[in-house]
Amino acid sequence: MTGRRFWQVFGLLADRLVLAVLALVLLLYGMPLLKPFFAALYPTLDRPMYEGDGFAALAADHMALVGLSSLAAAAAGVLAGLAVTRPWGAEFRGLVEALATAGQTFPPVAVLAVAVPAVGFGAAPALIALTLYAVLPIVQNTIAGLEGVPAPVLESARGMGMRPAAILLRVELPLAAPVILAGLRTAVAINVGTAAIASTVGAKTLGLPIIVGLNGANPAYVIQGALVVAALAVVVDLGFDRLALLLSRWQRA
Amino acid sequence: MTRPMIAFEGVTKRFGSWTAVDGVSLAVEEGEFCVLVGPSGSGKSTLLRMVNRLAAPDAGAVRVAGEDIAGLAPEALRRRMGYVIQSVGLFPHWTVARNIATVPVLLGWPRARVRERVDALMRLLNLDPDRFRGLYPHQLSGGQQQRVGVARALAGDPPVLLMDEPFSALDPITRGTLRTELAQIHRKTGKTILFVTHDMDEALALADRIAVLEQGRLVQHATPREILTRPADGFVRDLVGREEWGLKRLAVETAGERARPDAPPPSEQPPGEPLPGDMPLRRALSEMIARGVDRLPVMDAEGRPAGVLHLADLVRS
Repeated sequence: MTGRRFWQVFGLLADRLVLAVLALVLLLYGMPLLKPFFAALYPTLDRPMYEGDGFAALAADHMALVGLSSLAAAAAGVLAGLAVTRPWGAEFRGLVEALATAGQTFPPVAVLAVAVPAVGFGAAPALIALTLYAVLPIVQNTIAGLEGVPAPVLESARGMGMRPAAILLRVELPLAAPVILAGLRTAVAINVGTAAIASTVGAKTLGLPIIVGLNGANPAYVIQGALVVAALAVVVDLGFDRLALLLSRWQRA
Repeated sequence: MTRPMIAFEGVTKRFGSWTAVDGVSLAVEEGEFCVLVGPSGSGKSTLLRMVNRLAAPDAGAVRVAGEDIAGLAPEALRRRMGYVIQSVGLFPHWTVARNIATVPVLLGWPRARVRERVDALMRLLNLDPDRFRGLYPHQLSGGQQQRVGVARALAGDPPVLLMDEPFSALDPITRGTLRTELAQIHRKTGKTILFVTHDMDEALALADRIAVLEQGRLVQHATPREILTRPADGFVRDLVGREEWGLKRLAVETAGERARPDAPPPSEQPPGEPLPGDMPLRRALSEMIARGVDRLPVMDAEGRPAGVLHLADLVRS
């Protein structure tokens, strides 16, 4: 290995996002290797390693739940934010903002609990709860981001002869993007955590080992589930960090 | 008589019970530099914004090149007019080059032509293309930002330039420099310019004709010289200001106009570097004081002798 190649690989390893992804993948596929460690930590346990579904399969379901709910919430939230900042939707703005603010005072777990009697157990209540909750920060930040576009910029865009659609796509949304993304980041962060709790209502997620461990007085399961969820949360957060840097490159030029 | 480039015909604009513009009729000829001047709330910005349909008149009509603009698509109309505002309004996420290219891109110019045009405009506004092309607005000083703003307004080569207090937020030195450059650009390009300011000195320095507005009404429309020598009423006189009136008066006339034309034989030619004929008398006076002389030779644009300016000629009205 030449010196330059070494530094390239080393530099890649020094990247926090790459490290976090690596740690997550190792946890997902290499967890069984830690069995002796957990056996030593909890010698009284018969089964010191969670062996229900593979962690990779649980993580896939977990991410599908988070991804689906976040996408739906992003679509709904951004559209709602757009609508109430257009002249024709302005009269609904107060209502939407009040709903978004009030909605976030409920803990996400409560939303989950309310969804069960409505649609029964399984992935459906989790999906509904996560989507509803994720809409709130997204709509709030979409409004804030669009409001933050300086008035003179809009004035000159109009004066220059840009059509409303072009002003929205080329000026307003790119300028609001970092703020909208911050809302999405909050929403997804909450969803990664809440999806784990969604195992209590029958959704298959990384929360399953934790719930099973808590019910069966098996702290090893709890730790294993928590480790993976934590690694996933870190990966997601760092990923958004990277995306935010990309979207606001011009600010640091 | 030529058809005016911009014509306001009995234009009125109300905001609620307040009348911002009250029955204004005004014509701006092609190639003219017209300055709308008045205190804040006099309706000058509203009048300007009616030309590119950012505001719509409640009564009357605005014509551009003879066409009633009420019947034109606003976007197409705006792409034929440069628009510069006090707060500049550059797109913060676009580079200087991309900002200037806004209208050419909207007009669908080929890439090479856009690039050429952007470079030419940057040079016209004294911005080194290689240095500034890739910078973002927040990396520029206020004066540089407004240079980009003016370049952006000129990019589509519009026949008309609308400028709403473009230099008011700048420091006095930058303001003076940009004023001089704008006057040069006007001479070079022959654009029709409609320029709003609350600063009568700026109006006197730039305008071919000044339109003075008071509470939405046009009180005087005249050349700077007429505004100084025959103000329509006390309001206009106050706007001009009594302080340094004489010097302002000298600023709107040139050395060539007051020089005694019969050139003396070379032996009697007063010594000293001759003044260019288009030098304002105010600067000619300054030159006399600086050189300690009471007469100076004047030359025409080709550098030929064009007479002699005497100190006594400056006070002759």
